[in-house]
Amino acid sequence: MQWWVMDEIATVVEPFIPGLRRYAWALLRDQDAADDLVQDCLERAIRGWRQRRHDGNLRVWLLTILRNLFISGVRQKQRRGPHVALDEVSAPLVEPSQETYLHLRMVLAALDALPEEQRSVLLLVGVEDLTYEEAARVLEVPVGTVMSRLSRGRERLRQSLEPGTVSLRRVK
Amino acid sequence: MTDRATEDELQALVDGRLAPERRAAVEQHLADDAALAARIAAYGAQREALRTQLRFKAEEPIPARLRIASIQAERRRVAKRRFVAMAAAVSWLALGAGIGWFGKDFAMPARETVVAADAIAAHRTFVVDATHPVEVDASREAHLVQWLSKRLGRPMKVPNLSALGFKLMGGRLLPTPEGVACQIMYDDEQGRRLTLYMRPGGAATETPLRFERDGSIANYSWLDRGGFGFGVTADTDAKRLRGIAESIQQQIGTAVSH
Repeated sequence: MQWWVMDEIATVVEPFIPGLRRYAWALLRDQDAADDLVQDCLERAIRGWRQRRHDGNLRVWLLTILRNLFISGVRQKQRRGPHVALDEVSAPLVEPSQETYLHLRMVLAALDALPEEQRSVLLLVGVEDLTYEEAARVLEVPVGTVMSRLSRGRERLRQSLEPGTVSLRRVK
Repeated sequence: MTDRATEDELQALVDGRLAPERRAAVEQHLADDAALAARIAAYGAQREALRTQLRFKAEEPIPARLRIASIQAERRRVAKRRFVAMAAAVSWLALGAGIGWFGKDFAMPARETVVAADAIAAHRTFVVDATHPVEVDASREAHLVQWLSKRLGRPMKVPNLSALGFKLMGGRLLPTPEGVACQIMYDDEQGRRLTLYMRPGGAATETPLRFERDGSIANYSWLDRGGFGFGVTADTDAKRLRGIAESIQQQIGTAVSH
């Protein structure tokens, strides 16, 4: 690849790297594993640079690569047996404080307990500020599915953050 | 309560993506339903909490290894390493093929090498023999030529090297696995001896002069068109010996252009 192409890639891709690192870290909760994932993603992107759709959304494309790599990595790990990440928060939730929800620390632990498909929606929409359509493309599902995962994910997160209210309220 | 907000609209409100024209209706709905308002407020709070918790990661400087330039450099390094590894594999393959192709040269010593070795061995054996250096001496040169030709099964010529300072002493027969060989001996005024060794056998390959040195002894060997081997050996320098070898080639008619 020519240097001016590399220059172009650096110029347009690097602004998205902080977001890719944040999404990867939120998924893996391990600094090195997350940056490994981002590195894999960027390597794929450079390798497939000519194959990308020029009218497409570069950020969506990068996030899609990242997530697919994460999913296949998880599958690999499942085949190899359980793996415990270094800074994974696996401790059970301690009793919530009186004024209930939103202990900042706990929100990540609660997020970890969600299925990946809900976690990714919450992260892509709520943190990475993707539109619902963009999130649908990253997750390769219809927008309607994104909306229902968002709804279920947020509700589960809310319940785990305020366990006292669970019994009082029926989830839709 | 006729204009209830849908679940999608409630989520969109949390994300600030609600269509402006629906905003008033959805907010009215929440105002009428405290429990629903609490749920949506909780969603908003958890969303903010996630953003707060994860903000530090996006604010970190990009690690060097994730810069596009270093990823590309690593790609090039890996590609180069793969290329080198592949080139090495190809080289080994080529070497293997080469060994296979030229295997005969490794498995069996080259014909000229055999001639040289035999010539040198015969030289060492007989030049030191003061009493019987030759079987048939130069005084019977005609007989010598006839005898050698008969025993070797081909018309033999005894080169005249007197112009080069060596006069004929005589010759003898020697056994080889491929048949009878002969050695013709010469000496110069200082008594230095020179031998011409000729032996049959081998494929019909014509070879250029091949030099070999064994201690103080120098040797030039070659094969003629019929694969008949010649080796001229003497305790002398290579340049002088080469002149003698070329003279012998000319006289015997086996000169090889090279």
